[in-house]
Amino acid sequence: MKKNSNNIFRKIADKAYEYGFVSNIKTDIIDRGLNESVIRLISQKKNEPEWMLEFRLQAYKYWETLEMPTWPHLNIPPIDYQAISYYADPLKKNKEKQNREIDPELMKTFDKLGIPLEERLALSNTAVDAVMDSVSVKTTFKEELKEKGIIFCSMSEAIQEYPDLVRKYIGSVVNYRDNFFAALNSAVFSDGSFVYIPKGVRCPMELSTYFRINAANTGQFERTLIVADDNSYVSYLEGCTAPMRDENQLHAAIVEIVVCDNAEVKYSTVQNWYPGDAQGRGGVYNFVTKRGDCRGINSKLSWTQVETGSAITWKYPGCILRGDNSQGEFYSVALTNNFQQADTGTKMIHLGRNTRSTIISKGISAGKSRNSYRGLVRVSKDAVNARNYSQCDSLLLGDKCGAHTFPYMDIHNDSAIIEHEATTSKISEDQLFYCSQRGIATEEAIGLIVNGYAKEVLNKLPMEFAIEAQKLLSVSLEGSVG
Amino acid sequence: MNHEKEYIEIFDRHRQLIEEPCARLLNIEREKAFIKFKALGFPKSNDEQYRHSNVAKLFATDFGMNLGRININASPAELFTCDVPNLNTRQEFLINDSYYKGGNNKKELPEGVLLGSLNDFAESSHELLAPYYNRLAGNGDSIAQFNTSFVQDGLLLYIPRGVEIEETIQIVTMLHSGIDMMSNRRLLIILGENAKANILICDHSSNNNKSLSTQVSEIFLADGAQLNLYEIEETDNNNARLAQLYVRQNSNSRFNHCNVTLTNGFTRNLTEVVLDGEGAETDISGLVINDKQQHTDNRTLVEHRTPRCNSNELYKYILDENSTAVFAGKMLIRPGAQQTNSQQTNRNLCLTSCARMYAQPQLEIYADDVKCSHGSTVGQLDENALFYMQQRGIPIEEARHLLMFAFAGEVIDKIAIDAIRDRLHMLVEKRFRGELNRCKGCTLCK
Repeated sequence: MKKNSNNIFRKIADKAYEYGFVSNIKTDIIDRGLNESVIRLISQKKNEPEWMLEFRLQAYKYWETLEMPTWPHLNIPPIDYQAISYYADPLKKNKEKQNREIDPELMKTFDKLGIPLEERLALSNTAVDAVMDSVSVKTTFKEELKEKGIIFCSMSEAIQEYPDLVRKYIGSVVNYRDNFFAALNSAVFSDGSFVYIPKGVRCPMELSTYFRINAANTGQFERTLIVADDNSYVSYLEGCTAPMRDENQLHAAIVEIVVCDNAEVKYSTVQNWYPGDAQGRGGVYNFVTKRGDCRGINSKLSWTQVETGSAITWKYPGCILRGDNSQGEFYSVALTNNFQQADTGTKMIHLGRNTRSTIISKGISAGKSRNSYRGLVRVSKDAVNARNYSQCDSLLLGDKCGAHTFPYMDIHNDSAIIEHEATTSKISEDQLFYCSQRGIATEEAIGLIVNGYAKEVLNKLPMEFAIEAQKLLSVSLEGSVG
Repeated sequence: MNHEKEYIEIFDRHRQLIEEPCARLLNIEREKAFIKFKALGFPKSNDEQYRHSNVAKLFATDFGMNLGRININASPAELFTCDVPNLNTRQEFLINDSYYKGGNNKKELPEGVLLGSLNDFAESSHELLAPYYNRLAGNGDSIAQFNTSFVQDGLLLYIPRGVEIEETIQIVTMLHSGIDMMSNRRLLIILGENAKANILICDHSSNNNKSLSTQVSEIFLADGAQLNLYEIEETDNNNARLAQLYVRQNSNSRFNHCNVTLTNGFTRNLTEVVLDGEGAETDISGLVINDKQQHTDNRTLVEHRTPRCNSNELYKYILDENSTAVFAGKMLIRPGAQQTNSQQTNRNLCLTSCARMYAQPQLEIYADDVKCSHGSTVGQLDENALFYMQQRGIPIEEARHLLMFAFAGEVIDKIAIDAIRDRLHMLVEKRFRGELNRCKGCTLCK
């Protein structure tokens, strides 16, 4: 009996990464390499205004002066930035109609991923912006959203149609000088989503972006900008997958969120980039800068992330709590298996009065992976009555993996109350024994326990995502125990 | 900012002067350390380990160094009389960077115990000390290398296997000089199997000049050895202290350490404990009470190399006025160090809006069957407790003192020597009341 069930699990483990297929789509890829003319070419292909090109070139010049930082607890093989192609467009242009048609193969790809691009097929109440390689393929429910005044479109479209809005906010949260990858992204970013929720509007459906890398030897550099004006609310989801390839691919994105007075933004990510195979070959390098600026009073921003994919994850979604009474939240489950590495966490910068932040981080390491939590809580001199609670738990499955916690607390105010707790442990023998007694096989029991352990975070995800995330957690764990 | 250059020049120019009075062992290690120091230089501001403590600027002052071993005409008896009641200790003095040989300890030490000048013993017992001296600090950062390069003397305590010293050994380090002075001193403490000792280190200064001391201590505990080590810093606001404590513990050894910083200028204490034998236990704690512009940076690294070891850390800070403080504690669990129990607690009280606290409790774990946790808080006194006490007629000021006193008490109570514990309770209470916080014995307080 045990043998049989093991076989089944092995099978599941073998096909663990089910999004690893490659779509055969004619893609327009520019030559590899990065220089000023590549940036001009990207800008030209997108028919961008002059100011956007200036923005890119400025960032590129700054990037050239930088060196890749080495402080994270990660082992990153050197990246050759000249060996990457910075633009890949899977849409073919119909010259006569000047219309961009969607290749049926492309439609199929997204169907296969469970992301129907035809609105009639959409089951859930979710509007999707689908991004493949460097280009937004389609954005659904645009018209319905427009009626409410909500703008939900691709970044390229926004630059054309709402240049004033984009110009006002882009780079205002993550400056191109912020870090190495922010500078790189600002120079070469190709697409992404733009969301604007007008004053007093509660977005009636979940907005979502689905990122897919398909072409080989390309990097994905998208940029997402979300602006929630006064008294508005939006819940935004992000998902991502990539084909299985032996070489590593770079994904360096920027997400900027602006939260105005009394507004609330909920940002959820289920990150499932290709993690590489069991020998540690291939996989996506996920180096992302995500930050929200709670600039309005009573504003609220909540990050929820489930990180199961990527060979290397290196990101710290953060909140700048600038407005008085603003709130930041960060809920994270990071699971690493085989040779995956993760150095992730958050930054909570308390600037306004009575600001509050909560950090719940659950790390799970299996195989030979390394999983680190790194976070910063800073309370500035004027942030009176700041309150923070952080909890970082790590779970180790196996004796060859590592789990680390590196929290930083910089407190410059006497009225702050800051609490940080961290624990590291393995799955308790008692719990496993209890499950076995009730006829639950070990693998299944571990899945159950891990899901229970991560529940606090999974509960924060919108329904459909929560189910997907739960499945992901069990799939990613297959083969790691026993 | 290239102060290392100045010191490299001094070293090259006065090499003979430095090496002449010193034992061969010190000079052999000096050679290696100087090469490392030359390569490293002083810690830069972007060095993660020195992120909030700008050490390089300390070396900007033109300090005098007593490289020629000029005898300072000072008698510790005049500078210092310890007035802790009922404290029966054996007093040893380190004046600036030299062991004071004029002490009058009448009691004979048990056979085989070596206690005295490090330099003298390094000369006479080269074979005995060679496997220990600079074995732990040799891999240290540039401050450790700087110390090894310039050190000329210090204190050695060697206790052979099975010997217990009941009397507490009190090591008083005095800074005494008419000019701005730098001293580089060294402590080497070796306990054989099942040896036991209690050590109290009192760090004092008796002048108002600027002073900088680097102190590197290496402690080796063989199987089953037990050491209680307490350090109390009561220097002055002009004093900078860069202390590094390296400990290696073998099986079933016990190490209790409590480091209390009451008055200081700029202090950085690094404590690195390696648990290298099954069943070793370590308990390190610290209490910091800072005000004015005081700066205290406590860094700890507890490395578990073998299974079934326990470690416990408790650090508490009370920050007043413009003081700044850092706590960075790391627990490193090496692969294979299964069934480790490791706990770290850091609690901080900020009393003014100008005080700054930087806390970095860290875990780095490579074994799965472990129980490790850390907790860190920054906050204020409990409003409810204050209210409760006021309701019962205790004035707010008094209530605050009581609560702070209790807060600090948790660390002080870890000290196993009654007289010291009582004394510290009193000192801390005085400190909170803004009264004189020195031992009355210091020349400054007389």
